[in-house]
Amino acid sequence: MNFIFDYYNYWVVVFLMMAGFYIVISANNLVKKIVGLNIFQTSVFILYISMGKVSGGTAPILVEGVTQYSNPLPHVLILTAIVVGVATTAVGLSLIVRIKRAYGTVEENEFENTDDAI
Amino acid sequence: MTELIDLVLLAMLALTALKIIFLKDLFAVVMLFGIYSFLSALIFINLDAVDVAFTEASVGAGISSVLMLGTLALTGRTEKENKRSSLLPLLVVTVTGAALIYGTLDMPPFGAANNPVHEHVAPRYIEESPKEVGLPNMVTSVLASYRGFDTLGETVVVFAAAIGVLALLGVRREKTDNVRQSGFTDHYVLRIIAKLVIPLIILFALYVQFHGDFGPGGGFQAGVIAAAAFILYALVYGLPSAFRVVGPKFLQGLASFGVLLYASVGLYSMFKGGQFLDYNKLAVDPLAGQHYGIIIIELGVGITVFAVMLSIYYAFASQTERGNT
Amino acid sequence: MFILDIVSSALLIAGVFFGLTGAVGLFKFPDFFTRIHAASVTDSVAAILIIGGLLLQTSFDLNTAKLLFILAFLLITSPTASHALAKSARHGGLLCLAETTNKPTDERPHD
Repeated sequence: MNFIFDYYNYWVVVFLMMAGFYIVISANNLVKKIVGLNIFQTSVFILYISMGKVSGGTAPILVEGVTQYSNPLPHVLILTAIVVGVATTAVGLSLIVRIKRAYGTVEENEFENTDDAI
Repeated sequence: MTELIDLVLLAMLALTALKIIFLKDLFAVVMLFGIYSFLSALIFINLDAVDVAFTEASVGAGISSVLMLGTLALTGRTEKENKRSSLLPLLVVTVTGAALIYGTLDMPPFGAANNPVHEHVAPRYIEESPKEVGLPNMVTSVLASYRGFDTLGETVVVFAAAIGVLALLGVRREKTDNVRQSGFTDHYVLRIIAKLVIPLIILFALYVQFHGDFGPGGGFQAGVIAAAAFILYALVYGLPSAFRVVGPKFLQGLASFGVLLYASVGLYSMFKGGQFLDYNKLAVDPLAGQHYGIIIIELGVGITVFAVMLSIYYAFASQTERGNT
Repeated sequence: MFILDIVSSALLIAGVFFGLTGAVGLFKFPDFFTRIHAASVTDSVAAILIIGGLLLQTSFDLNTAKLLFILAFLLITSPTASHALAKSARHGGLLCLAETTNKPTDERPHD
């Protein structure tokens, strides 16, 4: 049982990462691809935060009488990554809106066909 | 107990991701993605990352969902049937996943206090930052002081993303006489409650901004929450009225002002004889200097994030309104 | 203190029970309007009970005030959300179960 608890977080992270990866390479719709990318991204966040956890520690905010804190460094990295992530997602979504205006579709195979016709 | 909660929440997260793969209705996909974000925020709280959970709940579940729904309004809500075989992607994913699982077996066990991650700089941050920076919240100390360069870079990336979105979509201001009545004109309950709640949200954003030194919070979260208040206003009362409150041109100025405020703290500390972003030189007492520096740069981050998130929303919303008329 | 603990756990368990019933109702009820009724039970009753249970665990300090703020905020926003959802559904032409069974043709109300 201990063996499972030691690696459980990492296994779920791998599963989520692969779920996101699968959506990105198999989905035809660009909006769904963006959702897949976001799932992938969140799995990386969970990996970092899992590595920062110390059993028996508390949140890294100084409190009298507490000596064991979780590692604050991954928290800092991921906190900024989340905000940057949504900003880049917005760029991706606006590209999709432009593609819809130019080709009339956001299904990958359809606008590829239009490209070939030109 | 923590492990047990972790087990359940992560299993729910995996199920949500699995459901997203098979759904064809994109509206439901976006809603499930909101649930996914909230679940991961809960996991972050359980793993002691309160600041991160705060950010994920406001950004992932709030702003991302709104932006994705805005895109769906323009591109249609159902995914067409996929004729390609999904065998090859499945194979690729399985092989990669198996390799990664094999790799995790070499990882140090989850939660052990003597993992390599906790041996390098973390002890210094935990033991010295209350003395060197003087703030109880170590995440803010590391974010704003020790890794101030990094955060400046992130703020610039957020700013650059706003430039990208505005270059691609642009905020078109329609003439007021041909603007369709937008917003929820006949939802009286919603309009009154929104009027009641919006000041409270802005007040909370200010609390998060200035209390971030002592508890969870800071510029990133505060900016997003303040932007959410204005997005609520724009949704309920319509985009033209939101433009009258905070104009798009003003927001663009505000976004660059935040970045400049951050960078000018660095330049000022150079002017005072220190290095770039060396807050110790800002005042006679180094601890007071750290405090001034952190408050100002968090304010810069908050202003930029607020302006960027709101301009991105304006860009998407004005596209939708144009598409509908 | 012992009595307080018992009352607080009773409130928490009742809150969890109502949360569960809300979730079950969301899956089992037949149409949109009955489902939103079940979901609003979770929003209102379960939230009040759980926050009430947590309030008894605090020692009357800043945390108490914060919890009271959260409670007030929830009491304003969650009924509004349910109302807005139901109203939009009605406006969009969604019929409740009785109406759809009485009128087998695809007639929509004029509003």
